Amino acid sequence: MTNYLDFEKPLAEIEGKAEELRALARQNEEMDIDDEVSALDRKAANLLSDLYKSLTPWRKCQVARHPDRPHCKDYIEALFTEFTPLAGDRNFADDHAVMGGLARFNDRPVMVIGQEKGHDTKSRIERNFGMARPEGYRKAIRLMEMADKFNLPVITLVDTPGAYPGKGAEERGQSEAIARSTEKCLQIGVPLVSVIIGEGGSGGAVAFASANKVAMLEHSVYSVITPEGCASILWKDPEKMREAAEAMRLTAQDLFKLGVIDRIVGEPLGGAHRGRDTSVAAVGDAIAEMLSEMDDMDRGTVVQARRKKFMEIGAKGLST
Amino acid sequence: MNWITNYVRPRINSIFSRREMPENLWSKCDECGSMLFHRELKEHLNVCPQCGHHMALRARDRLTALFDGGSYSEVEVPAPVADPLHFRDQKRYPDRMKAAQRATGEKEAMLVAEGEIGRTPIVAAVQDFSFMGGSMGMYVGNAIIAAAERAVALHRPLILFSAAGGARMQEGILSLMQMPRTTVAVQMLKEAGLPYVVVLTHPTTGGVTASYAMLGDVQIAEPGALICFAGPRVIEQTIREKLPEGFQRAEYLLDHGMLDRVTPRRDMRDELITITRMLLDLPPQVKGELPAPEKEAVQEADDAPEKT
Repeated sequence: MTNYLDFEKPLAEIEGKAEELRALARQNEEMDIDDEVSALDRKAANLLSDLYKSLTPWRKCQVARHPDRPHCKDYIEALFTEFTPLAGDRNFADDHAVMGGLARFNDRPVMVIGQEKGHDTKSRIERNFGMARPEGYRKAIRLMEMADKFNLPVITLVDTPGAYPGKGAEERGQSEAIARSTEKCLQIGVPLVSVIIGEGGSGGAVAFASANKVAMLEHSVYSVITPEGCASILWKDPEKMREAAEAMRLTAQDLFKLGVIDRIVGEPLGGAHRGRDTSVAAVGDAIAEMLSEMDDMDRGTVVQARRKKFMEIGAKGLST
Repeated sequence: MNWITNYVRPRINSIFSRREMPENLWSKCDECGSMLFHRELKEHLNVCPQCGHHMALRARDRLTALFDGGSYSEVEVPAPVADPLHFRDQKRYPDRMKAAQRATGEKEAMLVAEGEIGRTPIVAAVQDFSFMGGSMGMYVGNAIIAAAERAVALHRPLILFSAAGGARMQEGILSLMQMPRTTVAVQMLKEAGLPYVVVLTHPTTGGVTASYAMLGDVQIAEPGALICFAGPRVIEQTIREKLPEGFQRAEYLLDHGMLDRVTPRRDMRDELITITRMLLDLPPQVKGELPAPEKEAVQEADDAPEKT
């Protein structure tokens, strides 16, 4: 069962019809439907490529949030071996919105940390929809410190609507935890690479993505606030999220032009969820390449390069 | 001198041109509703003398009140690209900027200055909430970096007064990037072994709290200041329950271990002098209103014997 986004409705109808025909044919062996089905399939394929040829920023947000999109856990399971989750912030709790631990990437020991949204109601609740609390950021800080101590590169996978806005989270110092996590990202003497695999939501994303190299999947988004939030502040109407998404420049393509990210990882036609294996493999290649760019760097150079990168961001604006 | 110049002309002037009078001679305390005369309010640095409520203080007024004899020199901030995203909501961003500049008389939402407090040379950065909600964009980021670089160059502490609704939405992702950028600035101070003191004023929220405003060696807040990541309205909408009295106010954060101190505005200057001098291993200073420094006087003061 495919989940369709609102703008994919015409596609859903065609694909649905083809599916119905196939079901009929299975019950009824004399029926010859090959021609019709293949015509429908062709039509669907054309429509899909038309729809995804130039997605509007708002549609990209929808694709980035697609429930079937591969999440952090999928990437960790497919790209890493010997993944050994490490839990807790040694202070208050273990935040299930953040998963992290030791693992091997192409046989090389690394630290991998990411936000996990969950894939069904139960796991989404358990993961708090990928919205971390202070414990999550403090766990990340702890893991980055460990990686720094044992000279392991750090890989972060970013997919969060934002940090959790809750009473307890605020009481336990959400802002301080995010600030310290960003600070830790900028401090460690080991390479830090980050991939924005879905939503890069505001401070909650920066706390993981203040990295040497940042890659973004083609239809991921990365922004200072959600388009809905921006619309309700600047347009006084959350329904203006399309306009807001347009104005905010939150697509991978715009962010690359602005120099905020270093590379774009292509997605299969129709989004990462329509070809999970290819997406995961492409992300793996990107991580490997980004890490290899820092192979010859000593600790000091790694830190300086990272700082320099952030100091220079935005100096040119959108040079169009 | 005759009766025409002494009597008639002033009368005529007052009838025809109405000498320019500040419109708001009296203002009302937002908290207790007392009517306060502007001079009295100014004397108390915009703190209500009746109930102690801390009202907003313009960045420039704060600098004047902070430095010895109100004397400081501004540190130049490199200008960023204007309107980097060609942003437009209901208005164009450059138009909003112009409106804010006209309304405040300031160039942007942060002032950086160097001078002396209690004869202690410092660099100060003050965020101006009246300028587009003090929001952090490229300029504020550049200002904090300039402040940190200046502090490192002069080997002085940095005192930062925060006040902001958060990131400057019109600069989108580039405003978000000021979180790591300003964090690098704080690290420069740390590596130089220089004190970084943050004074959180009402309100300090969002990405500002989640970066440089929470990374101080010493974290002081003004009484009643709202300090948070997500604002109370957002939280109430998310968890659908009433929040406790005083939630996310300075005193609440102090109770929850997020601040070192909550200090009334009238004591802030003395406290900053005391703290920075101890962190710099300088002898205690004579406190109080000091005239603007002269070059020789500074030298003397620094070598002065200990006094209490």
